[in-house]
Amino acid sequence: MQNSIKKTNTIKILCLVALAILSIAGFLFYNIQGNFSYAFPKRVYRVAAMIITAIAIAYATVMFQTVTRNRILTPSMIGVDSMYEVVQTVIYFFLGSASVFVVDRYLNFGTSIVAMVLFALLLYRFLFRADKYPIFLLLLAGMIIGTLLGSLVSFLQVMIDPVEYLSLQNKLFASFTNVKSELVGISAVILIACFIYGAFLMRDLDVMNLGRDNAINLGVNYDKLVLRVLILASILIATSTALVGPITFLGLIVSNLAYQFLVTYRHSILILGASLISIIALVGGQFLVLHVFNLNTTISVIINFVGGIYFIYLLLKQSKGVAG
Amino acid sequence: MIEIKGITKFFGKKPVVEDVSVTIETGKITSFIGPNGAGKSTLLSMVSRLLDSDTGEVLLDKTDVKKLKSKDFAKRVAILRQSNFINVRLTIRELVSFGRYPYSHGRLTPEDNEKIDEALEYMNLVDIQHKFLDELSGGQKQRAFISMVIAQDTEYILLDEPLNNLDMKHSVQIMKILRKLVDDLGKTVVIVLHDINFASVYSDRIVALKNGRLVKDGPTSEIINTESLREVYDMNIPVQEQDGCKICVYFQSQ
Repeated sequence: MQNSIKKTNTIKILCLVALAILSIAGFLFYNIQGNFSYAFPKRVYRVAAMIITAIAIAYATVMFQTVTRNRILTPSMIGVDSMYEVVQTVIYFFLGSASVFVVDRYLNFGTSIVAMVLFALLLYRFLFRADKYPIFLLLLAGMIIGTLLGSLVSFLQVMIDPVEYLSLQNKLFASFTNVKSELVGISAVILIACFIYGAFLMRDLDVMNLGRDNAINLGVNYDKLVLRVLILASILIATSTALVGPITFLGLIVSNLAYQFLVTYRHSILILGASLISIIALVGGQFLVLHVFNLNTTISVIINFVGGIYFIYLLLKQSKGVAG
Repeated sequence: MIEIKGITKFFGKKPVVEDVSVTIETGKITSFIGPNGAGKSTLLSMVSRLLDSDTGEVLLDKTDVKKLKSKDFAKRVAILRQSNFINVRLTIRELVSFGRYPYSHGRLTPEDNEKIDEALEYMNLVDIQHKFLDELSGGQKQRAFISMVIAQDTEYILLDEPLNNLDMKHSVQIMKILRKLVDDLGKTVVIVLHDINFASVYSDRIVALKNGRLVKDGPTSEIINTESLREVYDMNIPVQEQDGCKICVYFQSQ
């Protein structure tokens, strides 16, 4: 019985791999027109950005949900995404779209990531004392600070020059159509570094499924692990946000689909599955946007729409589970 | 030997455990008893480093528990709390396999599998080892968790109200297994109990707490008597002998 579950999981993963490859190939080669040597590298960069984003979000969300032991939370709860909006809005408001912080994409990317990670670290520094406060206090504080930052952003956006606002808006919506190709390389490096570091945490995370007390009983250094995961998740979300902009619901959808699809507690498998589903959703979704909807809509609109519905479904399912 | 020395814990400004010093003797069952809110579970949590104490120390064979590495501690002391909510689907065998985590970090060796088989056998779970936890009754689930702790193969086993929500049959079954663990395998068991009769019949030593303070600490025979129990529970409890066991008849006491 154990083996049969393992076997079906392998088959399921292989199916996901095939689907992911199919959507990547479709995106790269379908209806490629004009000068191949011009169009193809552009598509490669775009697809690479999507894959990096997809994996980063899936990875961060699964880890985050295990640590918080809640499957309807996403790392954006900590308010990292709001910090991105603040950084961009402040740059546009005070320095303008012609400033070096906007024109130099490395600088913009670097500033955003550093600000987001610093924000997260500061929050953890003051609120993460697992012996004193439960982790939910941290999340609540993150949510409230996130809302505060959001209001600050709207306040600045109301007063900003309308022309600047238009170009700012481009930064604040996730977009894969004008990916900054020079940032793909560095994002990939960050992602790979996170993966290497995270590989050591996988088995401890498996134990975390049993809850705090049992994890400590089995020799997991709980406080350290939670802190490490929170920092790792913040870096991953910061990277993907700085690369393409904030995507809210993607992580929630793909992690829960992975839990439903793959019957396992093993994080190595869950994260692999969630990453593949995430790639399929993002690359496949973008393919549909390009070739079926003819760019009449954007991928983030679709994701937020589908994600919103799925979120409501999860909430209803959970509340039923509690009542029944 | 576990020595608890002058341990205190405050929740806010209220002391929940106040200046408690107890020595846990090896190769025995020690029961923590006392009224609700006496600090029994808190004390157990501090011994098992689930909770930091505000003052005082816990020594495991003369070494401060805080100085031990988590992985090493987990090979010597196991703790099981009363609420064990798990939101992933696990089979009994998978759960019990987690007991080997301190040794093999998830990569099970043949020796680990042997220990897991033994632990399942011990708790009578072999037939249903591939069932998922959410398909089990309360008693079976409790047995599965205790089986995990047995697979952990530690000298010390600490259990926080393991009889909670269990009927008489299953309670007796579990207490008998704990007795066996101590008598046959030489383990040391520390257990928080609500039913003083289980404490009286199965334990070697009793530690009684009240309002966070230690009231009584000694061999079971010295503590299960009307006078001592009055000090602990503020109740007049007649004690009767039945087949060599002391039974406290507290149902109609004033």
